[in-house]
Amino acid sequence: MQVLKIATAGSVDDGKSTLIGRLLYDTNSLPSDKLDAIRESSLRKGFDYLDFSLATDGLVAEREQGITIDVAHIYFSTPKRRFIIADAPGHVEFTRNMVTGASNAQVSIILIDARKGVVEQTFRHFYINSLLRIKNLMVVVNKMDLVGFDKQRFLDIKKAFETLAEKAGYQQQISYVPISALHGDNVATLSDKMPWYTGDTVLDLLESIQVDLTDINRQARFAVQHVIRPKTNEFHDFRGFAGKLTGAPLSVGDEITVLPSLNRSRIKEIRFYKDTFETANPGSSFVLSIEDEINISRGDMMVKSSELPIQGKQISAKVCWMDTQPLLVGKTFSLQHGVNRVMAKVDALESVYKTDFSAADTSQTHLNLNEIGQVRLKLSKPIFYDAYAENKFNGAFILIDNQSHFTSGVGLLD
Amino acid sequence: MQEFTANTQPTLDTISHRVLKENLLESEAIYIIREVYAQFDKPVLLFSGGKDSITLVRLAQKAFYPEKIPFPLLHIDTGHNFPETIAFRDKLVAETGAQLIVRYVENTIKQGKVSEEKGRYASRNRLQTQTLLDAIDEFKFDACIGGARRDEEKARAKERIFSVRNDFGQWDEKNQRPELFDMLNGMIDHGQNVRVFPISNWTELDVWHYIKLEKLEIPSIYFAHKRAVFERDGLIWSASPFVYKDDEEQVTHRVVRFRTVGDMSCTAAVLSDAQTIDEVIGEIELSNISERGARIDDKRSEAAMEKRKKEGYF
Repeated sequence: MQVLKIATAGSVDDGKSTLIGRLLYDTNSLPSDKLDAIRESSLRKGFDYLDFSLATDGLVAEREQGITIDVAHIYFSTPKRRFIIADAPGHVEFTRNMVTGASNAQVSIILIDARKGVVEQTFRHFYINSLLRIKNLMVVVNKMDLVGFDKQRFLDIKKAFETLAEKAGYQQQISYVPISALHGDNVATLSDKMPWYTGDTVLDLLESIQVDLTDINRQARFAVQHVIRPKTNEFHDFRGFAGKLTGAPLSVGDEITVLPSLNRSRIKEIRFYKDTFETANPGSSFVLSIEDEINISRGDMMVKSSELPIQGKQISAKVCWMDTQPLLVGKTFSLQHGVNRVMAKVDALESVYKTDFSAADTSQTHLNLNEIGQVRLKLSKPIFYDAYAENKFNGAFILIDNQSHFTSGVGLLD
Repeated sequence: MQEFTANTQPTLDTISHRVLKENLLESEAIYIIREVYAQFDKPVLLFSGGKDSITLVRLAQKAFYPEKIPFPLLHIDTGHNFPETIAFRDKLVAETGAQLIVRYVENTIKQGKVSEEKGRYASRNRLQTQTLLDAIDEFKFDACIGGARRDEEKARAKERIFSVRNDFGQWDEKNQRPELFDMLNGMIDHGQNVRVFPISNWTELDVWHYIKLEKLEIPSIYFAHKRAVFERDGLIWSASPFVYKDDEEQVTHRVVRFRTVGDMSCTAAVLSDAQTIDEVIGEIELSNISERGARIDDKRSEAAMEKRKKEGYF
């Protein structure tokens, strides 16, 4: 069955956890023992309703404070599809969790409190979605029960968001749904309190969204993770390259170029365990053999000869900072691009972006936790990349601190 | 999973054209396992004999074939296993040609590092953490591949795919490394190790569907069988010398199966007639008790799993 990865984002009180809990409840994904625990806990807190937010708030600290502090993964399915939600917190200080959750998502849900409308937090969420170029967006206006299920209120919020959405600068699919997560209106069943709403429920939309795994530039990228040399009797001369294909399909007979050596060859075999195939689709892991003896090692990349990526030792990227230790000009990091690692020195911090889409700040000398900046890096060896906007899978990297080994930042290549 | 389907582009050889279609969960797990082997010096696969670790073994085979699995399997033997599981383990290891290392909780107790729990709920489940940490120390393992899934339990839902542990095996949930796109950062300090969860994104049903598709053999206790059991706290316990039982707790013979395979002292059975994989899948689809609902070790308190993970449990 097809898996849809969803990122959720929202402020603390938007009712994000309640929406997810409600989706689980309405799809019969909450097992009876979990439902019992929710009933018991809701009763103990004196609520006269079921507090579905308790279905997702995992850690002890969170349950005590009633907030979500890290990315949690939630699983549910309907007969049509399987869903994985990365539930990221909406606190001002936790941009890094939102970026993390959204980096693997095909759909993003932005929650807006009907009473408050589009707020600073909405700008930030939308900015991060745009930064990561998520194509499918669902704007869910929650707590409609608290504004009397007022149509005009919903339309005003929709209009305000549409104005914001014009700033994204790329093609998006946006749907707008007025809901009450607490009471289940328009979550899995259409609300009889909002007959003016003629669209689909949140669940219907999630079930029908189309996902395409080929990338915008439709170019195949195969990074070598490991060289397979079994040296057994049966496979005495076998030399294969294990990796995962992204971007577009590859077939036996395709002429390929190996990077960085720029040697050319043709694909001889596509093997996966005991079977061989003529074509492999993007997203699949397999072992590839080529016709010529070329020296290839981990981190090398195979591409079609007619579709070479950019080769660069000096790169420019939008970097989101995730470490309490700031990014400083002149500091050296390990840069991991896919499975390849090189050293990277920060050459310049050109500007720091404002998540409300206002003019970038060019005066800052370092990039702090949760800030996004335009950064230039000098690399010890060239990497073979695509612009993030063209190829998501080959257009991003992480920066690793050489002392703490923490994943300090993520970069999206220009 | 590999599917032999016609290519969508009509060509002359449409019928013979075989396309490897993406199975995102399998492909992701294989990618992760290969990254472990490439990024660490001494990885090991934690093998319990349960369905999740059996699935991991198949994924590891697929990741490296035609090479053999290039790292050992480690079984922490509580001494309270279901006997079926051990026989099964040895057979599987022989078939794959992988190296098996076994370390015993019994020895950790004899060394005086931990002592046997007492009372009605006595279990060796928690004690095995020390045996695991000792084995990591003994062999200098820097990455332990485990079959935990995020859908199993609330604290697991926040676990990273590469979960860094300190010298004491402890999980610091507030200071986890962000994981972006599919990039895995395995850089660690000397003395640290990483727990790796390649099937993080699978659900219980995904595992069962995979077992079916791959025709994997699994221990017989996953299927309905007659067993001497008694009831306590609404759960069905195995009657065994390893499980404490009050005199007034009545032993009966009932047809049951197990949804998870911990050791006998912490794994409760469920009433079931499911004798085939299809019947098990049908039963899980209908069932409304979560998988770990029959794990006695999680019932100790609402945050039982999180506490154990902070102590170094995997």
